[in-house]
Amino acid sequence: MLKSIQTALLGATLLGAALASPAHAETKINALFMAQAAYSEADVRAMTEAFTKANPDVTVNLEFVPYEGLHDKTVLAQGSGGGYDVVLFDVIWPAEYATNKVLLDVSDKITGDMKTGVLPGAWTTVEYQGKRYGMPWILDTKYLFYNKEILEKAGIKTPPKTWAELAEQAKIIKDKGLLATPIAWSWSQAEAAICDYATLVSAYGGSFIKDGKPVFQSGGGLDALNYMVDSYKSGLTNPNSKEFLEEDVRRVFQNGEAAFALNWTYMYNMANDPKDSKVAGKAGVVPAPGIDGKSTVSAVNGSMGLGITSTSKHPDEAWKYIAFMTSQQTQNQYAKLSLPIWTSSYADPAVSKGQEELIAAAKQSLAVMYPRPTTPKYQELSTALQQAVQESLLGQAKPEDALKTAAANSGL
Amino acid sequence: MTSNWITTRAWLLMLPLLIVMIAIIGWPLVDTVRLSFTDAKLVGTAGSFVGLDNYVKMLSGSNFQRTLVTTTLFAVLSVAAEMVIGVLAALLLNQQFYGRSVLRALMILPWALPTVVNATLWRLIYNPEYGALNAALTQIGLLDTYRSWLGEPGTALTALIVADCWKNFPLVALIALAALQAVPRDITAASMVDGAGAWARFRFVIMPYLAGPLMVALVLRTIEAFKVFDLIWVMTRGGPANSTRTLSILVYQEAFSFQRAGSGASLALIVTLLITILAVAYAALIRKSAGAS
Amino acid sequence: MERRSLTATILVHAAALILAAVILAPVVWLFIMSISSTTDLITKPLRWWPETIDLSRYGVLLSSVANSAGEAFVASLFNSLKVAGMATAAALVVAIPSAWAVSRTPSVGWSLYAVIATYMLPPVALAVPLYMALSALGLLNNVFGLALVYLTILAPFTTWLMKSGFDSIPREIESAATVDGARLDQILRLITLPLAAPVMATAALFAFLLAWDEFFYALLFTSDQRAKTLTVAIADLAGGRVSDYGLIATAGVLAALPPLIIGLFMQRALISGLTNGGVKG
Repeated sequence: MLKSIQTALLGATLLGAALASPAHAETKINALFMAQAAYSEADVRAMTEAFTKANPDVTVNLEFVPYEGLHDKTVLAQGSGGGYDVVLFDVIWPAEYATNKVLLDVSDKITGDMKTGVLPGAWTTVEYQGKRYGMPWILDTKYLFYNKEILEKAGIKTPPKTWAELAEQAKIIKDKGLLATPIAWSWSQAEAAICDYATLVSAYGGSFIKDGKPVFQSGGGLDALNYMVDSYKSGLTNPNSKEFLEEDVRRVFQNGEAAFALNWTYMYNMANDPKDSKVAGKAGVVPAPGIDGKSTVSAVNGSMGLGITSTSKHPDEAWKYIAFMTSQQTQNQYAKLSLPIWTSSYADPAVSKGQEELIAAAKQSLAVMYPRPTTPKYQELSTALQQAVQESLLGQAKPEDALKTAAANSGL
Repeated sequence: MTSNWITTRAWLLMLPLLIVMIAIIGWPLVDTVRLSFTDAKLVGTAGSFVGLDNYVKMLSGSNFQRTLVTTTLFAVLSVAAEMVIGVLAALLLNQQFYGRSVLRALMILPWALPTVVNATLWRLIYNPEYGALNAALTQIGLLDTYRSWLGEPGTALTALIVADCWKNFPLVALIALAALQAVPRDITAASMVDGAGAWARFRFVIMPYLAGPLMVALVLRTIEAFKVFDLIWVMTRGGPANSTRTLSILVYQEAFSFQRAGSGASLALIVTLLITILAVAYAALIRKSAGAS
Repeated sequence: MERRSLTATILVHAAALILAAVILAPVVWLFIMSISSTTDLITKPLRWWPETIDLSRYGVLLSSVANSAGEAFVASLFNSLKVAGMATAAALVVAIPSAWAVSRTPSVGWSLYAVIATYMLPPVALAVPLYMALSALGLLNNVFGLALVYLTILAPFTTWLMKSGFDSIPREIESAATVDGARLDQILRLITLPLAAPVMATAALFAFLLAWDEFFYALLFTSDQRAKTLTVAIADLAGGRVSDYGLIATAGVLAALPPLIIGLFMQRALISGLTNGGVKG
């Protein structure tokens, strides 16, 4: 009883306050992020704080989930009227989100400055059938990281330029007894494994889908999986890679237990940070290698965008927030863990300072980013492929058979 | 008071419960049945009638059969281990030793630990690079190289069973211990005088006291193990290569990740039917053993 | 107590030590991880006791700074408290009258078995319609909605426990009072319920622990700080979001504390509740 009186009083006071000063009418928006790779949770919180400082009439509630939960959370929140207003989405989801009307079409909100200023490749992250469903925010691909000290001890002058060279160099390191298993990947049964696989598919010039039908079961798609299996079986790859996600790869690399690792942009500055890393100053980065006669470098499009949900009650404030988060100023300020989407940022010495090596790699890699297939059934396709990758690694099935099964189960 | 009025009064008193149960269990269950005959999506399309298509598709898929085997293996092995270890622990706790009351009190710890925390804890213990299990086994010389406990199909399911068993055997032990304490002392003493061996004493003197409570624990644990979701979700998400994917995980994937509410519902009902058959079989077993003794 | 040989005594003590180690080691390790620095946790060979004790993570998770990781964690802690508290209270409200009715009127007992049988239902069998209904009612991502859903688990369970509790209170006490002219509500309020208080407390504790432990519905039906419970928050942390194993362990310790305390101090009540329910079923 006392409680309810208190609540009533409180409500009355609040109502009075709201009526008295309409200028302070606050809009609350809810935003869904991941904190796993790219911008750290602390970065996102700091950016958001800068936004609310500039826009005192808007408050932003932040929600962080692991990447693995991002898709399901977004989809499940569709049923709730007061769900998220802004969601982070992966490059592989616009097809499904557009088909199921999860995201608003924001094509007409995008200004001319955005159109001309943002890297053309970055736009593919948010597009489906000619419409744009958000702003690109994280421009990312997988790079090859290497431990300079270990390579030096092994007498290796330059990091590998082809995947075959990677295997050769890893063999030298293994044979010299520097590391038992020199390469770390994220091959857990998760999307991370598909990103590593897609990088290799792009190197081998393969493709996922042709005319709506899966074609990964032969040619480059099969070569890519065979490479993974060979690397695993030869003992050059850390066998625990099959249960690693990106953060596990980073831990192992930072602990000096991997000579090579495939990972996203964010690892460069984290691995070179003496506070948290044993290999600070020794972490080098180059584009993921190519295949002789087929490619010089390889890269998967691992970019992500920010979009407005179709259930949002505050699409205007949500867009304001997205525009702020993706603005060149914000992105340049936080360019250590994720590189800007803006073309001119790459000429800005403030952005490249201290990470010239990363920028150099990015210039090559970002130009050749290979897309994972654009299909509303991506989740099923990916689930089937994850199983194929793991079964092949574990020796439960031959790569060609596993990929054939995956093609059959892909829902396409 | 007439017995008519007493019955009516009983129904009136039960009304709140029955209304709640019909609203949040009865109706959803009926609706799941309806959905299972449609191709409804989770959000948006209500779907149209497709007959038995969902059932045919789900039952004939290799996913279902494989998942059923995994779930059964998990349930049978973990429950069996919990029963055996639990009874052994109870027999021990019924002995006289220093610190017995402290140890009895500690037995509640694993049971009280939330399932998700338990899963997280074991996931950390099994970590292939920095986990305590690899470290401990290597440091005492039982293992040469670190192993990927949750990354190999052979060990992943076992690792999950160990985690489940650790949390649940103490409960079985506590139930069995309470039953053991009800065994009259003179009966055990008399059987000793008669010269009965330890096994015979356990089987014919003690077991009859344990059977009832253990049977209930067995039924409850089996049903729970069949429904398992959180432990696996946190520890492996069904990997590696889907070797630890259980029925509940499969339903989640179908209905929520892929948003196919219709086929997800049919799969959920198949699971429900399996558990019901199991429970009815158990009930028959209990009745039979009760009639025999 | 029979006399034991020395060998048997030694064996019993050895077995007791092993059992104690099996029970304690994982729990103690969880705590040690929570106070170890990250460096200690990723050293090879692993350090079993930290070089320096690091309590900073407790500060991080329990901080109340606006829009911080700590605020989110504390919010989930309160959500868990709210949801478990409300669901427990509601479960008792519906369970007590029906449990008493069934206990005193065996002819309607079959309905109780129908209610208990719902325990067999896997949550996945109800999840889709519940999701759609909560969505239609605007109760997704809402502590009230989640508490309502938790009744699916708590109501049958508490009714079952309460019924066996009422069974152990002799009917004669009630009929004697009826003869003295007391009305039913007076009898229940003044005689039966006070006698059943210990069982009610046990049932409430069980219900609270069950709700505190729940994960599946919370995962599906909540999306952010407004309703997300502790179990989901921990699964998020453990699911690859952070690589600081100590932070994950700290979250685990904090989430485990309330049930562990309840477990240790209320042990007798919990076990008697379980075994009574178990025996009488």
